[in-house]
Amino acid sequence: MRVILLALAAILCLAPSLQAQTGPVQDLLQTHRALIEKGSRKSIAPAIDAIAASGLTEAQTVLQTWQAKDMWQRKEDKLFFRAEEVAKKTYRLYDFDSGEAVGDFDKGDLKQLKPNSGVRAMIGAALVRFQLSDPDPVRRLAALEAIQRDAEASHLEPLRASIPDEPDATIKARKEQLATLLTLRFGSDEPTRLKAIESIATNISLDSRAALNTLLTTKREISVGPAPEGTNVAAIMKPGKDLDQDAAYDMLADKGLVPPRLSPADIRTTLAAHIDGGKVAGVPVATLNTDEARAKAYAALVAQGMAQSQPTDGEIAAALAAHTIYDAYVEPSAAVTAAAEKALASIKTRVSMNQMLDLALDGISLASIFFLAAIGLAITFGVMGVINMAHGEFIMMGAYTGYVVQQLIPNYTVSILVALPLAFAVTFAAGVAMERLVIRWLYNRPLETLLATFGISIALQQIAKNIFGTQARPLTSPGWLDGAWVMNDVVSISYIRIAIFVLALTFLALFLFIMKRTRLGLETRAVTQNPRMAASMGINPDRVNMLTFGLGSGIAGIAGVAIGLFAKVTSELGSDYIVQSFMTVVVGGVGNIWGTLAGAAMIGFLQKGIEWMNPSNTLAAQTYMIIFIIIFIQFRPRGIIALKGRAAGD
Amino acid sequence: MKTLLEVSGVSVSFDGFKAINNLSFQIGKAEMRAIIGPNGAGKTTFMDIITGKTRADEGRVLWGDKSVSLLKMSEAQIARAGVGRKFQRPTVFEDQSVFANLAMALKKDRSPFSVLFYRGNTADTEKVEALAAEIGLTDQLSRKSGELSHGQKQWLEIGMLLAQDPQLLLVDEPAAGMTPEEREHTTSILVEAAKTRAVVVVEHDMEFVRRLNCKVTVLHEGSVLAEGSLDHVTSNQDVIDVYLGR
Amino acid sequence: MTRQPLFAKNPSLLIFLACLALFTLLVTVFSEAMGTGLISTSFVKTLGKTLCLCLIAIAMDLVWGYAGILSLGHFAFFGLGGYMIGMWLMYARTRDIVVTSMANAEIPPTNAEVIDGIGNQIFGVVGSSDFPLVWAFAHSLTLQLILVVAVPGILALIFGWLAFRSRVTGVYLSILTQAMTLALALYLFQNDSGLRGNNGLSGLQNLPGADHIPQATISLWFLWASALALALGYGFATWVVSGKFGSVLRGIRDDEARVRFLGYSVEGYKLFIFTVTAIIAAIAGALYYPQAGIINPAEIAPIASIYLAVWVAIGGRGRLYGAVIGAALVSLVSTWFTGGQVPSIPLGFYTIDWVDWWQVVLGLSFVLITLFAPKGIGGLFDLFTGRTPPNRHGKDLGPDSGALQEQEADA
Repeated sequence: MRVILLALAAILCLAPSLQAQTGPVQDLLQTHRALIEKGSRKSIAPAIDAIAASGLTEAQTVLQTWQAKDMWQRKEDKLFFRAEEVAKKTYRLYDFDSGEAVGDFDKGDLKQLKPNSGVRAMIGAALVRFQLSDPDPVRRLAALEAIQRDAEASHLEPLRASIPDEPDATIKARKEQLATLLTLRFGSDEPTRLKAIESIATNISLDSRAALNTLLTTKREISVGPAPEGTNVAAIMKPGKDLDQDAAYDMLADKGLVPPRLSPADIRTTLAAHIDGGKVAGVPVATLNTDEARAKAYAALVAQGMAQSQPTDGEIAAALAAHTIYDAYVEPSAAVTAAAEKALASIKTRVSMNQMLDLALDGISLASIFFLAAIGLAITFGVMGVINMAHGEFIMMGAYTGYVVQQLIPNYTVSILVALPLAFAVTFAAGVAMERLVIRWLYNRPLETLLATFGISIALQQIAKNIFGTQARPLTSPGWLDGAWVMNDVVSISYIRIAIFVLALTFLALFLFIMKRTRLGLETRAVTQNPRMAASMGINPDRVNMLTFGLGSGIAGIAGVAIGLFAKVTSELGSDYIVQSFMTVVVGGVGNIWGTLAGAAMIGFLQKGIEWMNPSNTLAAQTYMIIFIIIFIQFRPRGIIALKGRAAGD
Repeated sequence: MKTLLEVSGVSVSFDGFKAINNLSFQIGKAEMRAIIGPNGAGKTTFMDIITGKTRADEGRVLWGDKSVSLLKMSEAQIARAGVGRKFQRPTVFEDQSVFANLAMALKKDRSPFSVLFYRGNTADTEKVEALAAEIGLTDQLSRKSGELSHGQKQWLEIGMLLAQDPQLLLVDEPAAGMTPEEREHTTSILVEAAKTRAVVVVEHDMEFVRRLNCKVTVLHEGSVLAEGSLDHVTSNQDVIDVYLGR
Repeated sequence: MTRQPLFAKNPSLLIFLACLALFTLLVTVFSEAMGTGLISTSFVKTLGKTLCLCLIAIAMDLVWGYAGILSLGHFAFFGLGGYMIGMWLMYARTRDIVVTSMANAEIPPTNAEVIDGIGNQIFGVVGSSDFPLVWAFAHSLTLQLILVVAVPGILALIFGWLAFRSRVTGVYLSILTQAMTLALALYLFQNDSGLRGNNGLSGLQNLPGADHIPQATISLWFLWASALALALGYGFATWVVSGKFGSVLRGIRDDEARVRFLGYSVEGYKLFIFTVTAIIAAIAGALYYPQAGIINPAEIAPIASIYLAVWVAIGGRGRLYGAVIGAALVSLVSTWFTGGQVPSIPLGFYTIDWVDWWQVVLGLSFVLITLFAPKGIGGLFDLFTGRTPPNRHGKDLGPDSGALQEQEADA
């Protein structure tokens, strides 16, 4: 009750202002009042255009208010206002022209304009011209993106108009680019459009390709006789050559140009509808279990005029001959489509060259991962000749070490820096322990080493599962490794992969340094080549083997941290890489780090190459790669870089 | 005397090191030949080439009446063609009985299927027993060969070689680690064998070579340095320089 | 080596067959089908499956224990055998279902309609309804039984020919076989491999046309079939290894080069044993999967083949009964532990749940067996027979195989 009284009081107070100011905006709105009130998408366009084109400074505000459903109409005098809810059911109205508050009104006296989504979109399009010159660069960019997403002919003019006054160079470039793309689609005359098309023929960005593709949209049409004059025909589909004869006929039938073909199911239904005392047209139902019998019964039905006849092959051929099926461009101008085809073809060449580059980068990064995973093996298997099936689990241990460190140290950069040496330490210790406890007793029994280390592998995997559970644990990379180095719309590579590539190179250098320049490397090589001689020269083979094995395992741990950054850390992480790692070492050539590098490069590039040929199916890519490797080993049983002669040790 | 094996102009190198350098060698059908030479002269590599273990880089190795090239054949094919080899280190199948070792070496069809269906017969058993008697292992027939002494293993290996009934025997240091009596016996077996087939013996022990009483080939740095009777080569100045003189 | 009956020369064969017969008899008597029900049907199936695993273990022992080829691919052949029989089982069973459901239609179905119906049923899960080429023979039991043997056999033949021809040996061969297995598993994981991708084939426990026979009875049939196959396989393996062929195989295992210089084509022998054991493995698989009821590509993963090697090693390789003991023991104990029937051990601060820790125990016990009992459980029998095998390899030239060999050093 109080509310109503208050409202009444308010109305009484404000009543004098009712007849007051009307300005140009209100006048304009009143001119189109009928349309605005109706709010139909079909008819609203003139009203919106009128407001947008009025040149009034308040036009943008009006449109925005309208779009945001904040525009209300006073029932009394049909004037439009911006309204704000000040209390329950009470709204304060603001005049568009002056921007001043007009007064508070009860909801019952007002009517909210609720433009539907279609109308709102149209208002949005109209708003674009304002946004394009908005002082806030963020909003200008947003407007550009909105245009790009849903381009219309009407955008072209305001866009062009906004270019000269654009202060920001980057945005200006984008505007120009967008203007070109709009020109080639909506340009007023053919020469302008052709010029626009030509100008983007070297541009491989997704936008320009999308714009050209939109120009080249085709629609499949059917005509009686040849394609009508004046149609911009892209291609004529010859039945039996470009498309299946039956499919072509079905298309004609769909358009109602010819009687449809009857499918076996249709025949069946028709037959079933005419069962009469266990017989269809005199043929017993029980015998209708072959196509021939059904055809016979159906033919009988047709003869009795009870069913529609199946078009014969001759009829089908005649019907197809009488019609032309063709793809027509939606764009009527043949010159434009021809130019677009040409431009698109030249872009495609560039794109495929760039794709090759991108593929090469992908290959390099995959190769780095394989190299990282395999370099530890190259030491333990390649140098020492010890098969370590638990190598994958060392990788996993490294990854989990990284995960645990991240739980303790929240700063990702610091935690990675701590995790790398810690992972090395953990897996180094594990490797040394394993060498001392197991492998030392099995030198010269490689197959048994394989099985014993496999036993360790399943035990480690299960222990990891028991501790960390079966779900994947995240190992988050520091912020500065997020994102990618984008060269253009086709070529990009994520920073993590670059980091892994650098890490792989570092390890290559480290390995070479240790092997060629340090005492340990010298002793390792000595023990590898002739343990007895090495022992008699004062080298302790046990110690060297232990350290070498520890080194290989430690590197596996670091590889684990690196792999964990982009792959999910699970207890099965290692077993996913173990076969590929062995392949890398074997394909490359055992006992030679350059061989491992070559092996990793070959497998990485190969896998990416096969994936590229059949992108939908990475499983198939792996299958074919392994088959390729099996065949490759036929020709180079000792790998790419093979040791020859006696050193190869038959 | 007709030539059984003719090696001409054979070379092979390992990573640049020429283990065999333009080597030529001939042996007749029933001839004994001793090969001597210092360490690294290429004696074992020479045998490896003949038996197919190592592939020659160049040259020819012709075999038998039909002068078949051995270079294209696999080890097993060469062995079946009639080249038997005894290794320096006795390599017998230690997990198996002496009988099984000899039976395996016995000259028979060696294709998997005929071996699979081979179930032994009296004639073969007798052959094996005769061989065992010849090498003095009759009492050891059912023992595992791994339990034999070093000398007995050498015997067994020679027995296996004889069981193959080869036309050419390549014997690498047959007398190593044997007592004087055992050497005596080895010599007589080899001399006996050389009556019906060619025998090539690689040996360091001059005394043993002298007892074989045959033509001697001296290898040095992968090629033939001298050839002739033992007295002839030992008086050769080159041979004295590289081998005996040191 | 005079002609002696196989049994006289191999007393263990007789003992084994007697044990197997007794085992089969006991299980039959105590099974549900015979009314006593002391052994549940599902356990009869477990036992039947175990017999199949014993059979593939024998194959593994032939190829690894006797010929020295550590194949990590025999479970792939096992799986392929399962797939081949599974295709027929699934096809025939689905056909029965489709025909029944179409029997009520007004118009009797044509052959093509029935096949379409089967295709829809089988390949609906992978979003297809057409029969891939590999199913061309699925309608015929005879042809599909031939494929059980032929497909793994030919695969083994091709792979073995490639591998042995290029003289890939030892661990390299193991890794190569592992790669082959991985490639096959990955291939089968794809939906367009035509074998229902990772869904695999299911419902294999239902014999077509035997809906009225209870599973209890069917499980017994399969147990008998498995026992018969195991007996035949054991007999065959004994026959193969007892003669000169076995002698050559062990020779290849111990010193491949020496066998070659004796004039045997080592490659041919390896290829023969590799292919034959692949076929045995496939037969074992064809008997196993109808009892398991389902087969999918995960069964083929390389890890399964490694477990196979583990069984044989634990049982004792180079002796056939060892392989059987290893496979039976480890697989049954595994079932027992992972089935959750073993009571947990509370330690106060932590409870050892065997479902979680059994793998760890298995892995570590495997390491221990390799280190301390390389002859496996089968080695225990030597204590009774007093057999002490010699030190096989004599003197090693150095602690590392990369060392120059003695004859090279002296040449």
